[in-house]
Amino acid sequence: MKTVSPFLELEDAPRVEVSFDGRTLSLPTGANLAASMLAAGIDVFRNTPVSGAPRAPFCMMGACFECLVDIDGITRQACMVEVTEGMLITPPHSAEVRHEPS
Amino acid sequence: MSRRDLVIIGAGPAGMAAAAQAADLGLSVTVLDEQPHAGGQIYRDVDRIAPIRGGILGPDFTHGTTLTAAMRHDAIVHLTGAVVWAIEDQFRISYTRGGRGAQIEADRILLATGALERPMPLPGWTLPGVMTAGAGQILLKQSGILARNAVLVGSGPLLYLIAAQMVRAGTPPVAMVETQSRGDVMRAAPHMGGALRGWRYLAKGLKMLAEITRARVPRYTDATGIAIEGDGKAEAVRFTSKGRSHRIACDTVFLHHGVVPNTQAARSLEVSHRWDAAQHCFVPLADEWGQTDKDGLFIAGDGAGIGGAKAAECAGKLAALEVAHQAGRLPLAERDRFAAAPRAKLESELAARPFLDAAYPPCAEALLPDDKTLICRCEEVTAGDIRGYAKLGCIGPNQTKAFGRAGMGPCQGRYCGLSVTVLLADATGQTADETGYYRIRPPIKPVTLGELAAMDDNTLDAAE
Amino acid sequence: MDTDYIIVGGGIVGLSVAWGLLRRGLTVTVLDGDDGSFRASRGNFGLVWVQSKGMKQPRYAEWSQHSAAIWAAFADELGNNTGQTVPLEQKGGYDLHFSEETLEATVAQYEVLKGKLGGNYPYEVLGHNALRKEEPNIGPTVVGAILHHQDGHANPLKLLTALAADVRRLGGRVLTGKTVTEVTKPDAFRVTCADGTAVTSGKVVLSAGLGATQLGPSMGFKAPIRPQRGQVLITEKLPKLINRPSLIARQVDEGGIQIGATNEEVGLDDRVTQPGLSGLAAEAIAAYPALARAQLVRSWGALRVLSPDGLPIYQQSAEMPGAYLVTCHSGITLAAAHARVLPDWLEGTSAAPNLEVFSEDRFAVS
Ligand SMILES: Cc1cc2nc3c(=O)[nH]c(=O)nc-3n(C[C@H](O)[C@H](O)[C@H](O)COP(=O)(O)OP(=O)(O)OC[C@H]3O[C@@H](n4cnc5c(N)ncnc54)[C@H](O)[C@@H]3O)c2cc1C
Ligand SMILES: Cc1cc2nc3c(=O)[nH]c(=O)nc-3n(C[C@H](O)[C@H](O)[C@H](O)COP(=O)(O)OP(=O)(O)OC[C@H]3O[C@@H](n4cnc5c(N)ncnc54)[C@H](O)[C@@H]3O)c2cc1C
Ligand code: FES
Repeated sequence: MKTVSPFLELEDAPRVEVSFDGRTLSLPTGANLAASMLAAGIDVFRNTPVSGAPRAPFCMMGACFECLVDIDGITRQACMVEVTEGMLITPPHSAEVRHEPS
Repeated sequence: MSRRDLVIIGAGPAGMAAAAQAADLGLSVTVLDEQPHAGGQIYRDVDRIAPIRGGILGPDFTHGTTLTAAMRHDAIVHLTGAVVWAIEDQFRISYTRGGRGAQIEADRILLATGALERPMPLPGWTLPGVMTAGAGQILLKQSGILARNAVLVGSGPLLYLIAAQMVRAGTPPVAMVETQSRGDVMRAAPHMGGALRGWRYLAKGLKMLAEITRARVPRYTDATGIAIEGDGKAEAVRFTSKGRSHRIACDTVFLHHGVVPNTQAARSLEVSHRWDAAQHCFVPLADEWGQTDKDGLFIAGDGAGIGGAKAAECAGKLAALEVAHQAGRLPLAERDRFAAAPRAKLESELAARPFLDAAYPPCAEALLPDDKTLICRCEEVTAGDIRGYAKLGCIGPNQTKAFGRAGMGPCQGRYCGLSVTVLLADATGQTADETGYYRIRPPIKPVTLGELAAMDDNTLDAAE
Repeated sequence: MDTDYIIVGGGIVGLSVAWGLLRRGLTVTVLDGDDGSFRASRGNFGLVWVQSKGMKQPRYAEWSQHSAAIWAAFADELGNNTGQTVPLEQKGGYDLHFSEETLEATVAQYEVLKGKLGGNYPYEVLGHNALRKEEPNIGPTVVGAILHHQDGHANPLKLLTALAADVRRLGGRVLTGKTVTEVTKPDAFRVTCADGTAVTSGKVVLSAGLGATQLGPSMGFKAPIRPQRGQVLITEKLPKLINRPSLIARQVDEGGIQIGATNEEVGLDDRVTQPGLSGLAAEAIAAYPALARAQLVRSWGALRVLSPDGLPIYQQSAEMPGAYLVTCHSGITLAAAHARVLPDWLEGTSAAPNLEVFSEDRFAVS
């Protein structure tokens, strides 16, 4: 199912494929990762380690740490990272990449 | 390890202007910024963006290209994507760049790390879909991404700017839920004199309001009882305005009630701070050149107290002049001669502040949220928890941190620190100054243990 | 008289003692310093630890063992009283070794101590492979470990919070932001604070951590204690990576990996340094290589409260009878003993433990 993103993209740039939590996303190369994940309809980036509550980017400037994801095994702030081809992205410390149909 | 006359942290208007000025005076300068491009918050990625979206963002944005141009100077090294995580005495700066730790030494340091949006803890503010208004602006500015159904909540000039920019981009907000009241504007009236000197800002403000009104964006003022509702993500904003309750459905909520200095780096160096009652935040103590109470450590821009981009640019220049003077590159008389113009400009920029501060006070219910509202997003600590710790004898934020973990998460208190101080001061009857703030320590941004270990002398020796 | 006891210093030591006294029906007032005080109770490593304690003084080993043995009951009682659990795990702990020589030398010392303790020193030596079974993430350069079954770890901040809550619940009066500047004994004790607050009592316990160096001599104590800095690291919260704690690293109940600690003689400087952090990170990665990818989110320096031989001091003042100096380095480990046993000594009951070896007599007058 294609998710309708609450966000609209003005720009169109060449896209590359990355994987998030087992899903393949096609994101503009060189773009801000958090922004382009939002635009791709990802509304939850992670669940907190305290209560499991869902979270997504909040500040987009590297201050709140809500946008944390694992990229190739290291936890990073998605809002401080640029999209590159083939990135393997998961929510932080998910034991394994889950494959969910939704 | 290289040693520079001046290392600047932050490539926003303050840092860029300081770098150019210092380099012109013959100093060796390195600028470190964690962003991949120069610009800071206001002029983020301006060189790439100005040609694409200059129209939507306006001349106040494209002005940034003059600053980035002046940064291209032989004496300036700009290390992009450099995340500074520790600054130690006189001065050794540790940072991570491209996944590797590195260090640089400096005779003098200028902290130009800018501002953060004031934490706005309201019920539901941690739900996905709730962001700061600045984040909304960054999405638009940097990535050309717009929220289709956004409600803007809060107060302050930046809220209108962002609304106007959304209007210009063809996606006006669904509604503006404003927390300021007529009373606030009345109370601000006595400051009009100063504001008239900063008339340009007011004229701009009116123009923005006109744009928002023309786009028929509903505005609700005097909003109270604000809560964001949703099951797993933001679905609506509920509030009361002028005695009527409302619920506005939306996908995205942008919160904003002012910006406050990002004091993490200064705090980590134990610079003294004082509470600024007009701006409801702590500001570092610094003299008219931005020199703090730590020798050789300067602060300029919004990190020194909120003044805006033009003020930041002037303050950056002034700090650079004093740095050059202290370094023996600029005689006193010359320093003062060069300083005259930026100082006059700075004063006129700051003239509008008292009016703006009084007209757009922070949202009261977000300063002292109800017990159930989370104030520490990382560790999920509520306002009620903090009040409870006050009853257990906690008189300062370092005690509540030990008792309840507020401030211990990855954001290191950036989005709960001021809330905790205000809540505790309210509970104990102490002033904010007496209550104090978190003890901030390195790393001021997280760093991997691997990066740290690679900098270990013993490990390095063993490898050689 | 305002109260039976005044406790000067509301850290782990002072609050443990206050709690124990209150439970016996005595009245207690605790006076504690301000938000910025040096507080080892807020910066420690959280081990409830037995191995390597008292290598030269078996009585200290015994005292630590005793406290470790009654810790769980103590934690339970606090948990029940306050409704907030005090996380504690006593499944044993490791002394990790990177060389056969240090491992053998340590085992030799443990054997001597074991003899002096009448055989009550349950430890075993795990070679690398045996250790790997217990700790799948252990690094290849760790040659082995001593697993001591009386070791464990707790959440020291939750202990502090629970004590603060329960001392109040038991009727203790706790005044914070009160720096005691003078203790006199015209008749009853009179304790005066910087802000002018004065409280009178029958007895006084000086448990002010490093603050005892200033107040101690005026009350007739030598109080020969010094600060020693320990830098500590903590990572982001991680899935289970480490099963049992060691002096190098432990996984706390909230999920972060705590890594510690340096031993630095730098006076009253509690800052962290990049070389300090890097050294600790390197050692932790050697022990658990997977940690190289973990993000460090916080670090701090805290000052140990150390006597010349590292042992606790329990001393009644000869000049001011009824005034006691209570201070120790391992205040978390000893919290249970301080709460449940030390009050007998303060009250001079028949159940009072023999604490002779911990008196100040052991320090020569300089
Ligand atoms: C999200 C946001 C949006 C804003 N938008 C506007 C606007 O549209 N118009 C307006 O007039 N004002 C805006 N402001 C106000 C803004 O603070 C000032 O206009 C201006 O940008 C301040 O300039 P500065 O040089 O002090 O700091 P900034 O421009 O904020 O620059 C600080 C720089 O320091 C860097 N930095 C911080 N910490 C570290 C670290 N540890 N390591 C490395 N680098 C670091 C940051 O990456 C940043 O680039 C905004 C503020 C925020 C927070
Ligand atoms: C890095 C580090 C790691 C450690 N690891 C462990 C461990 O794993 N296991 C373990 O058992 N122990 C450990 N410890 C030791 C343990 O933390 C201490 O023994 C214990 O916290 C000491 O508690 P305290 O109450 O004596 O001192 P503190 O916590 O320092 O408290 C002293 C209190 O006295 C108050 N005070 C001082 N002067 C005055 C005055 N004049 N008037 C009023 N109040 C005053 C202060 O405000 C403070 O609250 C460690 C210590 C450090 C530093
Ligand atoms: S969204 Fe706040 S740090 Fe990335």
